[in-house]
Amino acid sequence: MTALAHNLEKQTLVTLRTITEPHPGSLDTYVKLGGYAQLKRIVTEKVKATDIITQIKLSNLRGRGGAGFPTGLKWSFMPRYYDGTKYLVCNTDEGEPGTFKDRDIIRYNPHQLIEGMAIAAYTLGARVGYNYIHGEIWEDYEIFEAALAEARAAGYIGENLFGSNFSFDLHAVHGYGAYICGEETALIESIEGKKGQPRFKPPFPASFGVFGKPTNVNNTESYASIPWIMQHGGEAFQNLGVYNSGGTKLFSVSGHVVNPGNYEVRMGTPFTELLEMAGGIWKGRELKAVIPGGPSTAVMPAKNILGATLDYDGLSKAGSSLGAGSMIVMDDSTCMVKALKRLSYFFFEESCGQCTPCREGTGWLYRVIKRISEGQGRMEDLDLLTDVSSNISGRTICALGDAAATPVLSFVKHFRPEFEYYIQHGRSMVENRE
Amino acid sequence: MLSAESIQKIEYELTKYPADRRQAAVMSALRIAQTEKGWLSKETISFVSSYLGIPDIAAMEVATFYNMYELEPVGKYKITVCTNISCMLRDSDSIVEHLNHKLGIGFNETTPDGKFTLKEGECMGTCGGAPLFHINNTRMCEFLTPEKVDQILEELN
Ligand SMILES: Cc1cc2nc3c(=O)[nH]c(=O)nc-3n(C[C@H](O)[C@H](O)[C@H](O)COP(=O)(O)O)c2cc1C
Ligand code: FES
Repeated sequence: MTALAHNLEKQTLVTLRTITEPHPGSLDTYVKLGGYAQLKRIVTEKVKATDIITQIKLSNLRGRGGAGFPTGLKWSFMPRYYDGTKYLVCNTDEGEPGTFKDRDIIRYNPHQLIEGMAIAAYTLGARVGYNYIHGEIWEDYEIFEAALAEARAAGYIGENLFGSNFSFDLHAVHGYGAYICGEETALIESIEGKKGQPRFKPPFPASFGVFGKPTNVNNTESYASIPWIMQHGGEAFQNLGVYNSGGTKLFSVSGHVVNPGNYEVRMGTPFTELLEMAGGIWKGRELKAVIPGGPSTAVMPAKNILGATLDYDGLSKAGSSLGAGSMIVMDDSTCMVKALKRLSYFFFEESCGQCTPCREGTGWLYRVIKRISEGQGRMEDLDLLTDVSSNISGRTICALGDAAATPVLSFVKHFRPEFEYYIQHGRSMVENRE
Repeated sequence: MLSAESIQKIEYELTKYPADRRQAAVMSALRIAQTEKGWLSKETISFVSSYLGIPDIAAMEVATFYNMYELEPVGKYKITVCTNISCMLRDSDSIVEHLNHKLGIGFNETTPDGKFTLKEGECMGTCGGAPLFHINNTRMCEFLTPEKVDQILEELN
């Protein structure tokens, strides 16, 4: 399968480094590009785990699943000496609207993920790994299963790798339609064959994870960065990016651009460059707003994002955050009331129902916004929305509650006149205006 | 109650987990059962739970929690359209309307001949290909236009 991608020559390809090849996902392609050489070197030369973690720390790789937690630090939390099986988990459950980057890693460069996970397993002493894949991308799940079989047959995963005493089994498992399973403890519950309801933390997965054993959970893109870091060194990875944000980042660009898709660029790239790579705003229209990291990050009006750089500090200075790098682009024909209504429905539908503030609050938010969109809103509703949101935030076991509150607070903050207009006139300020 | 082929597939899934953790395979076992039967009846779920040696309620909880399991019969082809934000911005509404018109059914309805069921889905993690739907939880159809939808429907007919 040839990859579907745009403007590859302008990208800096690390996690998708096979994508320019005719058969990007095949083992031959990956090996030809130097794949599995790092795993082999590390295992046969018995590189010390602490030296690997030092390189990961130097690289300034921060978790690509959305929270941006430093990966090297996370790895150092895993207990070193433990009698029994430790687990490694990869989170390929992306289902936050606008996020579709990990899919391209498993279909176009699955072996780099496998190598990254095997290096992590060696470093952390994990014997078994699971890659938990979003149930909706079934064809890609099968591609990954096939890649695992290839890697197993070639001796890159399995027993006594490269004649050493290091063994690592890796399996693909899947979700079946529950956004909440992207949250790491819900995901662990799901691997165990249960409803995906998040666990209280602490204990963290590093001490109590899959089957109650020490478990390291990282995002797909995080693991896929590891082989490059081990090949070129932590410092080289840091230098691809900027202060506080090492490396490259895959940005999923969706919505009103000419060429939606994934773009891998250096951290710190100006937003305008990314927008240009995606062909700019479609239909010759103007940019209105961007949700830069998936709906759990605050929406940004055009003026705030146009000057921003794409890295952790750059986006937080500009009033939002990097999240998973899921850029949802909206042109000037977008009705913000309608957009927020759809997002609120999503969080209401996907709340797992465990915590009262989230279960009840997301329903409230949706009903109030729906009422506004049906011309039945009242001015007080805007304060009510802010109030309910603030009462969900910080009062739930997992961050889905905060994620549900963020779009409401930021949409109302930045586009208040549009909401007021809708309430006053019973119709949208932007739709059908021609 | 399941075919030998399905049992074989469940056995493969069981190899992924420790021998005393058979419940872990329930997600895939239910998926395999649904693929064979079209939907999950109480009997099918019970069969899966007894095969895995777990309480019925444990399998039932999973079957009801995850959206892609069907607890009622569906048509031969279940079409799930994503209407979440990135798809909405690429006019998934027009795809839904086109399907409503062509099939004469709305969401959660099945055509009288039992061929098609229409469902609304949440984000599938493939938003770059919007607008899109998937068929029977497996086949993803992206960059849809009304013409492309017609082609796909014709091919299924
Ligand atoms: C509601 C919710 C959904 C999440 N979805 C995902 C997801 O789809 N993929 C992901 O990698 N992390 C997701 N996360 C974050 C994970 O809990 C976890 O932090 C992450 O997988 C850790 O990997 P990283 O450190 O490499 O980013 C989600 C968190 C929450 C609260
Ligand atoms: S919003 Fe439709 S696939 Fe993500």
